[in-house]
This record gives sequence, structure tokens and C-alpha cells, in this order.
Amino acid sequence: MTARRNLLLGVELSGTGAHPASWRRPDSRAEELFTAGYWLDAITAADRYGLDLVFLPDSFALQPVGALGRLEAVGVAARAAAATYRIGLIPQVPVTHTEPFHVSKAVASVDFATLGRAGWEVTVSRGQSALFGRKAEQDEVSLWAEADEAVEVVTRLWDSWEDDAEIRDAATGRFIDRDKLHYIDYVGEHFSVKGPSITPRPPQGQPIVVIRAADPHSTAVAVRRADVIRVAAADLAAAAQARAEVRAAVAAAGRDPDRVSVLVDLDVHLAATEENAVVDVAQLEVWTPTADPNTLRHIGTADTLRELLGRIHATGAGDGVVLRPLAVAAFTAALPKLAPRLRDRLGLPRPVDRYAPTA
Amino acid sequence: MPDTQVRRQVHLAAHFPGVNNTTVWRDPDSGSQIDFDSFVHLARTAERGLFDFFFLAEGLRLREHRDRIHDLDVVGRPDTLTVLNALAGVTTRLGLAGTINTTYNEPFELARQFGTLDHLSGGRAAWNAVTSSDAFTGENFRRGGYLEHAKRYTRAAEVIDATRALWDGWSAPPIVDRDRGIFTAAPATVRFHSDQFDIEGPFVLPPSPQGYPVLLQAGDSAEGREFAAAKADAIFSMHGELEDGQQFYRDVKGRLAKYGRSRDDLLILPAATYVLGDTPADAQERARHIRRQQVGPQTALAFLEQVWGRDLSGYDPDGPLPDVDPADNVNITRGRVRHAKDPRAVADAWRSRAEAEGLSIRELIIAVTARQQFVGTPAEVAAEIDRYVQHDACDGFVLVPHLTPGGLDDFVEKVVPELQDRGSFRTEYTGTTLREHLGLRHPHRTSEGVRAS
Repeated sequence: MTARRNLLLGVELSGTGAHPASWRRPDSRAEELFTAGYWLDAITAADRYGLDLVFLPDSFALQPVGALGRLEAVGVAARAAAATYRIGLIPQVPVTHTEPFHVSKAVASVDFATLGRAGWEVTVSRGQSALFGRKAEQDEVSLWAEADEAVEVVTRLWDSWEDDAEIRDAATGRFIDRDKLHYIDYVGEHFSVKGPSITPRPPQGQPIVVIRAADPHSTAVAVRRADVIRVAAADLAAAAQARAEVRAAVAAAGRDPDRVSVLVDLDVHLAATEENAVVDVAQLEVWTPTADPNTLRHIGTADTLRELLGRIHATGAGDGVVLRPLAVAAFTAALPKLAPRLRDRLGLPRPVDRYAPTA
Repeated sequence: MPDTQVRRQVHLAAHFPGVNNTTVWRDPDSGSQIDFDSFVHLARTAERGLFDFFFLAEGLRLREHRDRIHDLDVVGRPDTLTVLNALAGVTTRLGLAGTINTTYNEPFELARQFGTLDHLSGGRAAWNAVTSSDAFTGENFRRGGYLEHAKRYTRAAEVIDATRALWDGWSAPPIVDRDRGIFTAAPATVRFHSDQFDIEGPFVLPPSPQGYPVLLQAGDSAEGREFAAAKADAIFSMHGELEDGQQFYRDVKGRLAKYGRSRDDLLILPAATYVLGDTPADAQERARHIRRQQVGPQTALAFLEQVWGRDLSGYDPDGPLPDVDPADNVNITRGRVRHAKDPRAVADAWRSRAEAEGLSIRELIIAVTARQQFVGTPAEVAAEIDRYVQHDACDGFVLVPHLTPGGLDDFVEKVVPELQDRGSFRTEYTGTTLREHLGLRHPHRTSEGVRAS
């Protein structure tokens, strides 16, 4: 295995927070959930304080409980393009009802607007067929078989223009070299798409493809196609095992595991003291009790979270984490203390002050 | 128009000069049609000029000519809604309008996408709903080219009705009652059943600032006019000449009453290009130069081939028109509106005109593809634009610059102040939403102050 890179730090922004009662907190800004200001404040803070990726969950379905309603994730990512500088923007786009041709140009266009910071988390839609009235509900096998094809179509469309296809040759009057544009001529079980894309090849060539390995069907697609694979695990040992299994499966699929990052979910709530954090979460549970998440979880301070991240890095439990704030506003407020510092990035410990009294 | 009355206000929109044959890419001042900076430049220029909206066209399949990808004009554009959402981040008042096809998108997706744009832009979204029925475009989509031509307006109307039903799905914005733990009244199940759609379920967004995004419509057939009168907030027209425009204006505005709508509920905005010069003669010379850039020798032949339906590459673009008759191949160019339904008649007419006026192939194509164009000094152009609006030929114009991205700079710097001096154009934005810029009513705030739905 090659030398381990820095731990990738992502954050998933889900409404007012991953906890369904998070909107009831006084600081939740639930009234602003459908404004640009709400989303920009969280995304630009993540960008400013050095997080690598922001994930934007999406679905056509209404949440069963909590703050209801959802803006479209690609729209939110595009809206944040001009206000961010470094962070990768990764909207979810479900493929069950949406045309891969549209997905391809939408994600490519986020890549253009961000000069190469776009990704796409592939998801499927369950139980939402009645919203479209076009086809019957599909089982998991069919949903992921279709998603597999959709990723193939989207990534072929991204390649359908060679990078130097635009020539602007005044002598011959040709704007493009048509020989550098390619019909993809994809014919599968769920789609047939001619191509080429209407959108030139985006800055990254291929924006980052992210897939959550949640079950055998999604895992099979993830190990064949994803640049970033998301996993959930109950503890560090389980995370390390999940990562090892995913890497083995990637290798078995004929791909280099070192070119795939495995990110583990980490539910998080931060407060000034550990006691406060525990009290906060207890209050959320009083408002809306939730089931055991069976996911890595950190309820404490920014300092203790930094220690946990260090352990995840040291133990190889993940190439990175996706922080899932139980309450977004509280997390955003704590971000300055979490900011990855240069010493962290270089893998150097924070030195003990030589003048400080020792215990 | 008596000067004692308040002058009718000119509405202006800016078309992004991307993929079309009027965009000049050979000019040294021509920049990228795909880099986001180009969109930022044009949008900010339009906003500096206090325009109503920025407008982005769409195409869902690259054009082909003689079965190969057409390579003479600008090719390649980004996703419409993505660009508009991104532009909402670099503008504050400008309306953001985009063409989205009703054939290759589903109502639930459209309602959510335009609802999102309207929320994230603070009420500046507009949708130019177009229809498509051709199998050529359909080859990029799983539905294929399934739609009968005759059904395209039926489907378009149903798509719009369905999206409006979804937008009405929440009776009110969320009410956040933390103490009682109530986040809004749960949205009702929307049920929309029609010839083409069976939609059932809750919508995922509360009402957006404009209620419904502004609906734009293009289309000149009787069907298209009726559709616009019934549903649209503004119509793009191609009736450039004054009298022609006045007839169209009377006809379309006359159709509104039967839908319970008034003259101000539908704006008529023709597309127009313009060329400015320091003197009238200078402007004319520049206009001739631009037309020759737009119609190069290869482009002239490609246009001619659209009518002749055959390879004419052996002909000299600076020579006379071919004396051979057109072939029956009407599909020689695919992916854009066909020029001629009866190629022989068009060919005969073009030959007669070329002979009578002594025009070469290229000169003839330049003549027959001319569009509405304002050519003159800034004062002259402002006066002409104003004359059309004061005399009920239209409510304003969608300006189509020929250069990306700086094509609007001179208009905003020189013509807008002239219009303002005439009292025909705003000197500041007075509203925040596009509906307010256009003087349109909010669909849910009727004169009685009650929600229409």
C-alpha cells in the first residue's frame, strides 16, 4: 500500500441536521431552510475552514418526520459555486426517474462553474414511482442495474468530447473538429442514448462519482464505478474491516484500490463541553426519539473530535470521514475549532508548550 | 403618443449568444461560450443595465448537416438550470430565464427544479417552455421520439398544469412552532391525472417567492398564440417590423380576455439584434461586416444545402446559385428548424431574387437570413426601440448580441442612458422579483388578497 494521504474530511448537510428534531433547536434557522442564505452560510463555512467535500443529500420524497421539504441538490451546489473556492461540491442525483443525459450535463456544468470541484453521488428512488406515473416500482436488483447503466451513460457522455475538440479554425470556417466528438451509441436494458453530450468535456474530465456501499447491489456498482465509496460502520474496527473488504472488491473488479477513497460516516454533535453536547443530544431524543444509528458517532467537543479523527487516520479505519451533523447550525458554529491546521495536514502532533506546567 | 401621459416602459432582456448561427466566433473579441466567466460577464452587464432578465436557450442534440455534426457555428453549451442557479450567486435583481423542454422532462422534476431556482434566487426564475416531437432529439432520451407532433401542445399544457398543481401542493410557507413541535401543516397529496400523466403524492417544496416562476413561450402558429394567451406571462415573437408587430400584438392581446386576463398579463418581446456606430454610416458599415462574419463562405453553402437537399460543396459561394433542382432530402440538416417545407418553390424564389438583384450565393443567404436589427447611433437605436413600444408593436425586446461575452457592453453603456433620458426605461429596480420587474401579478395574491387556488 502506498503512503496514506491526509484524511479526507467531508460534511453532509441534510436540512437542519441529521437528527429529525434538529429544527426545534433555537439556533436551527428552520424558517430559512429554503433560502440561499441558509445553505450558503453552512457551505461557505465548510469551505473557509478547510473541509474537503460537502455532500448534499436529495430525494423526490418528503421526509417522514421532522423539518419537511427539500431543495434540489444540484441547484444548491450550483448556487454555491461562486461563493466557494476550494471545497468539492457533491450533490446527490437519483437516476431512477431522471434522464442520464440531463444528469451528465448538469454535473458537468457544476464542474465548469466551479473550475473543477464537482462530484455526483449516485442514488436510486424507492417508492416514488407514483410521483412520476411513468413506470412501476422496481426491486433493488432492477434499481441498481439501472443505476449501473446510468453511470455508464453519464461517464461516456463526459468523454464524448475530447478535450481539444474546439478548434476555432478561421481558415476552414470550422468551430470544432467534429472528429473529436463521439457518438456514445449506448444501448442497454434501461436506456439507449446516442450522444454526444451538448456540453463539452468538463474541467475535471470526469467529475467525481460517489456511491454508498449499503448492500450487495449498491456495493457491486460502487466497486466497479465509484471514485469515492461511502460506508457506515459501528466502530473503528468495523470501519477498518469494511474498508479492507471494499478495497479487496475493487481490486477483484480489476481496479486499483489506491485510486478509490473509502469514506466512513461519522454522526457528530459538538458543543463547548462534552456535558453540553450530551445534554443537547438528550434533548433532541426527548423531542423525537431515534433508533440506534449503528454508525460511528461523536458527541463531544471539537477537540475530542480532532482526537477521534486522528485515531481514524492512524488506524486506517477510513481514507476519510463524512461528518453528519445531528444539528447543522451547532456544527457550523464549532467549525473554526475543527479547522484542519497545517501541522495536522503534515501529520505533526501539536507540541507541548515548554513553559507550561506539567501535570 | 402624447408626452403628457406616462410613457410605456420598455422591457429588455439579454439572450446569451451561445449556440446559434448569429453568434460570431471569428471576431478577435469573441470569448468562450462555455466558461462560467462568460455567463457572469453577460449577466452582470445586463443587471448593470437594469434589464428584466437574462435568457438562456437550450438544445438537446447537437445539430447535424449531411449526417455529420455541424461544425461551422458555435457548438457546446452547459446545462440551463445549473447555469441559472450559479448566476443567482453573482447577481441580485436580474431575472433568470431558461428554455427547458416539456417533452424530455417530467413535471415533478420540472416543478422541483424551477421551484428551487425561484427559492434560491429570491423570486427571479422564468421558464421558457418549449416542445419537441422529433425522434432525432429523442435518441438521447429513454422515452425516445414518441410524441406525435399534434400532441406537443397538449403535452406542454398538461406539463404546465401539472407543475402548477405541484407548486400549489403546500397551502402556505412552513410555520415553525418549536414549542409545540409543529413544522408546517403537512402538505396535501397532489393528484394530477390527464391524458399523459398520472401523478400522485406530496410535493417537496413550499411555495416559492413568485408563486409560479414566470412562464415564457415562443411559437407563432395559431395554436402557439392560443397557448400563450391561456398560460404564458410573456411571448417571444419573431415579428420584427413595426406593422407586422402591431398586428401580432393586437391578435395575441385580443385573445386574453376569454381567459379572464388583461392586456398587462402577457408581454410581447420580440428577439432583436443591434449594431451601434458613431455615425449612421459607421453603423451600417459595421452591420455589413458582422453579417459577413455570420455568414462565411462555408456557412452560405450549408444554408443553401438545407434547401437543395444535396451536396453543393463544388459551388463557389461568391458565384451564382446552382441551376440544378433541389432533391427531396428534407432531413439534410437536423436539430434545428427547417427552412423550407417546399424546397422547389424556395429554390425558384431565391434564384429569381439572386438574378434580379445580382446576388452571389453568399450575398443571397445574407439577405434571406436577415433578422430584425436595429442599426444606428445609440440615440437612433433608442428612438427606434422606444417607437415600437409606444406604438404597440411590442412591450420590449430580447436582445441577441452577436459576441460572447462582451456583446451587450456598448448597449448598456450607450443606449440604456438614451432610453432613460426619454423616460422609457427604469433608472433603478423598484422590485426584487422578476414578476415585479415585468409588472405581472403574483398568481396567489389576487386583487381580493386571497389565494387563487
